[in-house]
Amino acid sequence: MNDLNDMFFQECDDLLEGLSSGLNNLEDGGGDAETVNSMFRAVHSIKGGAGAFGLNQLVGFAHALENVLDDVRAGKLTADETVVALLFTAGDHLSDLVDAARHGNDLPPEQGASILSDLKSVSGATHSGSEPGGDAAKEEPPAFEPMALTVDGGLPALADMLSPVESEPLTITFKAHPQLYANGHDPALLFRGLEGLGNLTVEADLSTVVPLRDAPWSTPSLSWKITIRPDDLVDEAAVREIFEFVEGLCDLEIGAETAPPPGDADSVPALAAPSPSAAPGQATQAVAAKNAPAARSSTIRVDLQRVDRLINLVGELVIAEAMLRQSMDEMPHSANTGVDDAMSQLKQLSGAIQERVMAIRAQPVRSLFQRMSRIVRETSKEAGKSARLVTIGDATEVDKTVTERLVDPLTHMIRNAIDHGLETPEQRRAAGKDERGTVTLEAAHRSGRVVITLRDDGVGINRARVRQIAQHKGLIRPEDDLTDTDIDNILFRPGFSTVDAVSNLSGRGVGMDVVRNEIQSLGGRVTLQSEPGAGTSVTISLPLTLAVLEGMVVRVADQTLIVPTSPLREMLQPGQARIHTLCDGDRVLALNDELVPITDLGAALGYRADPVSLDLQFLLLIEGDSGHRSALAVDTIAEQREVVIKGLEQNYESIPGIAAATILGNGKIALIVDTDQMIPVPGKGSAVNRPVPGVTGDALHA
Amino acid sequence: MTRILAVDDSKTMRCMLQATLVDAGFEVDLAEDGVNGLEKLKNTDPDLIITDINMPRLDGFGFIAGVREGKQVTAVPILVLTTETGEHLKQRARDAGATGWIVKPFDEDKLISIIRRLVV
Repeated sequence: MNDLNDMFFQECDDLLEGLSSGLNNLEDGGGDAETVNSMFRAVHSIKGGAGAFGLNQLVGFAHALENVLDDVRAGKLTADETVVALLFTAGDHLSDLVDAARHGNDLPPEQGASILSDLKSVSGATHSGSEPGGDAAKEEPPAFEPMALTVDGGLPALADMLSPVESEPLTITFKAHPQLYANGHDPALLFRGLEGLGNLTVEADLSTVVPLRDAPWSTPSLSWKITIRPDDLVDEAAVREIFEFVEGLCDLEIGAETAPPPGDADSVPALAAPSPSAAPGQATQAVAAKNAPAARSSTIRVDLQRVDRLINLVGELVIAEAMLRQSMDEMPHSANTGVDDAMSQLKQLSGAIQERVMAIRAQPVRSLFQRMSRIVRETSKEAGKSARLVTIGDATEVDKTVTERLVDPLTHMIRNAIDHGLETPEQRRAAGKDERGTVTLEAAHRSGRVVITLRDDGVGINRARVRQIAQHKGLIRPEDDLTDTDIDNILFRPGFSTVDAVSNLSGRGVGMDVVRNEIQSLGGRVTLQSEPGAGTSVTISLPLTLAVLEGMVVRVADQTLIVPTSPLREMLQPGQARIHTLCDGDRVLALNDELVPITDLGAALGYRADPVSLDLQFLLLIEGDSGHRSALAVDTIAEQREVVIKGLEQNYESIPGIAAATILGNGKIALIVDTDQMIPVPGKGSAVNRPVPGVTGDALHA
Repeated sequence: MTRILAVDDSKTMRCMLQATLVDAGFEVDLAEDGVNGLEKLKNTDPDLIITDINMPRLDGFGFIAGVREGKQVTAVPILVLTTETGEHLKQRARDAGATGWIVKPFDEDKLISIIRRLVV
């Protein structure tokens, strides 16, 4: 049942996404009949599934929403601005209810009460009194009550205690209309059903049978006389239930006494023609659908773990291929060019496989962007501003983990953009702008990375004020010569917030520094541009996948390490740097009037006890999540390359200062440096100073 | 063995139906909408069909009409399984050729007992 449960919620997500995209369509005036239809079906399916799982709150709300959509679908209700706004709100609430149900909760009823009553008043005219379950209860015949049959037999004493009614024989006259046969019923099966209820005699009324030669085969009209003496606890309702589905398809009389045979039944059959009026239209529809090509793209759902295992294996394949190539290179040059050709083909193939497999994890940013449209609606409402979201490139595909982890940073950025960036409608009018602000989310692939840009057309960054506050908070000095970009990027510094009173919307004690941290932990970069009066844009650049990392291969104390390139800002050759030694022996790098602490990677990871002379060392300037910087001293820099990330925790154990491991072309393991831990936090000294195991073999290689 | 074709656009519902029906000893084919259901009928000959009403591409009414149009001689029982409760919809389904109407969420035992009443 758990699997089904998961499946239901997964399906809900898809359906909610469909509903949301339908709503956007509707808002843009592009909603045709099929748009509304598919929205209706989405809500209807959620209701159906929710009913199966007994999620009554969800059923009730979905039902009310479904009614409104049904009215829109039927043309009884025009999807004007008010209705669309209500549908948006209702869609959001439905999604909240699904979320709550996913976690086994209901929402406090007052939360959706006003939306529910709005929905009901909009659709009230046509659906009055139509409650889910209510209808069913009303219309379901009493025969659907649990049958007393189940108590029969095993519990005679109990059966006696319950009203022991001496059953009277019932007489049933039953005349089947042609439609009864056409609808898949079989009188013999009805009699078999009756047989289970008591002692039965069935007699066909042969007087109505037409001679064979005259028989019009399309209209058989046999009738039967049935006498049944019901078993204990079987009442007339149970007998009627057998005939439930044939009601209207036959002449039926059930009574305690022998009823006279219906005299006029032969001459005037109530429903003689087996082709009802509604059928031809539907038949045409069916034929059209039959002939329509199956345009639907076929997809399957695959457990993410399976995909990840595959990605891992392909990673291994790429490594194996690199190893093979390396040992080929080390061999004496052979005259066999066939091997060379095969090798280059293998390389191409394994590269192509890797690319395709990575693509499996990719999914369009559409669903992420759609979630953001809700944030825009809610935030602008709370902030008393008018804003709309424009999305561009929402078919752009990104690794699934990336889209998931972008939710929080993007939410925060959008709240910022609306709360701080956009002006009030009055201010905008005064500035000659459209009263309604525009927030644009754009995704695109650019040189092997995904670039997501959030733009607003608001006031832009007030640099004078940022500078003033930064000085006040001691983040910068008055004499600092800062470019506009420098000032804009102060926003990413920890603890910076331009709004004095912490706003309920964006300033939840969280600043843009947290956004930057999150993006960086995904291997991404975030930059900001602003034009006073015209707006601000924040650009996030992310790697396409989290399974591969771009890194510098470096050598330290005879160990090969990987330094990720994303926090890397600058590289300095030996002798290029100006190095000072402070009174406590710490060495620092002088860079643009700034002193950056130097971390000897070999010493920090415990590969060597004594710090080496920095004269022959390369320095890698890195900038961490906190905005603090550090220069890593390494012996040599070998190359820049993509490496496949292998988690350490699964295969070995977590090592301070090390983020993960990878396997190089020569089969050797190289550790990937956790650059963040290499940046001394002021007042705490260097975070890492513990011996790291020297890795020579493939001990980590699972 | 009794063979049943279940048509529903909700994957959850299809899986629930499949589990219930297989447990009861039926052989089950699944289809995800009316068009898909009619396609399945080209290759399978079920003893009973269960169908949803609200489905994309071809809804339950159209599907039932399509089934009835295709096979005139032996009418296969078609059970409608839906959340809809409207009397006019029931009538429409009956006019199209539906055999019975069950409201979701369904009671497993009840569904099975109804099916057993409809198949030979």
